[in-house]
Amino acid sequence: MTETRTPNLGGFVPRDRSWHPDALTPPYKTSVKRSPQAALLSFPTTLSEETSPMFGHGMIGALDNDLIHNYAQSGQSAIGPRIIVHGRVLDEMGRPVPGALLEFWQANAGGRYRHKKEKYQAALDPNFGGCGRTITGNDGAYEFRTVMPGPYPWPNGMNDWRPAHIHFSVFGHGFAQRLITQMYFEGDPLIPLCPIVGVLKSQEAIDQLTALLDMHRTVPMDARAYKFDIVLRGRRQTYFENRAEGL
Amino acid sequence: MVQRLDYLKESPSQTAGPYVHIGCTPNFTGIDIYGGDLGTKMKTGPVKGQEIVIKGTVFDGTGTPLRDAMIEIWQPDAAGLFPSLNETRGKADPNFTGWGRSPGDMETGEFSFDTVKPGAVPMPDGRMQAPHVTAWIVARGINIGLHTRIYFEDEAEANSADPLLSGIEHQNRVPTLLARKEADGVYRFDIHLQGPNETIFFDI
Repeated sequence: MTETRTPNLGGFVPRDRSWHPDALTPPYKTSVKRSPQAALLSFPTTLSEETSPMFGHGMIGALDNDLIHNYAQSGQSAIGPRIIVHGRVLDEMGRPVPGALLEFWQANAGGRYRHKKEKYQAALDPNFGGCGRTITGNDGAYEFRTVMPGPYPWPNGMNDWRPAHIHFSVFGHGFAQRLITQMYFEGDPLIPLCPIVGVLKSQEAIDQLTALLDMHRTVPMDARAYKFDIVLRGRRQTYFENRAEGL
Repeated sequence: MVQRLDYLKESPSQTAGPYVHIGCTPNFTGIDIYGGDLGTKMKTGPVKGQEIVIKGTVFDGTGTPLRDAMIEIWQPDAAGLFPSLNETRGKADPNFTGWGRSPGDMETGEFSFDTVKPGAVPMPDGRMQAPHVTAWIVARGINIGLHTRIYFEDEAEANSADPLLSGIEHQNRVPTLLARKEADGVYRFDIHLQGPNETIFFDI
């Protein structure tokens, strides 16, 4: 349980900005007027960034991590290929991050989001809401069940399509770890064509966001599985005179 | 061969996209799935200190309000204590969550937080910082979430002694970090992503 874990203290190691996308990436057009132009102000983290809100397992409903059923009518289920997404949340030192709140959202199997501004013509699935959440266990592990999201067109270039993906919002143990990212699926031919994937600066970075088909966790006659590990900022350990923190 | 530093790389950031609200504030988009959105209430009972409202709008480089942004804030209680497991200096106000999440209004883009004026928090070296709120902004077109801080213009003395604010080279940009007092207990903090009034964003 989140409430019983030991406190983590100590500053965060600097974020490797060369590994993350730049703010200004003109092929992704919306970034042009929404990217700060001045240099970021750097300073070591303080308590304001090293602490973060706590989320208990008590807030999670039984179906929150089951997107096939959490919006479906009784006895119904969402339409589409059923998948399990699972993995671990670790920090840069390889330590598990227990008690991390993950929120995820996605288009339905046809590629359509449940949003009034959505313009894609694919059908809405009345039994699919498109969002879920869970909290990592003591070993940093998580899993949820959903349907494979469809690729979809979006207004950027004349004919840009997003590869199938799931959005992730992650809380760690410090507000400096706050992260939103996306998970892609192994083998999707749209990955190298997408301007949003294209803001990533290396094939390694793209690979880190691409989940592999995991036949070990696939459930016969039910759901395929994909494994997706998430890495958050690492924290230095602070030595206290009255207590060897983490040592 | 020498040993390798086998640290992992942080998962690279990607934009929150236009539909961040489906995942983070589903009720706001009409998806009634959890019985309420997280972060809408920062007070769970009577709180200590001065109750305030912080509101504002995020503007792009053309001065257009963002209507698809999500803003989160994180702050200590009126005594400067965080309601966090990582807080070891004392027990924070049990009726204050410290964390707020607000989507911009779908028409005007305005965000709003019903909170308390934060107390002061020390730097790691013990020097006191001026009262502030940590803010984080994500939206379509923002490739990595933007961190900033909300200070208060009516804390002039604390602000002028603040180690971070006083160390900023371009002092003419400091006002971009100050919430303006609009009425008693109401502060406005507009965020400009670009332009002459570009808010100072942090690499933390």
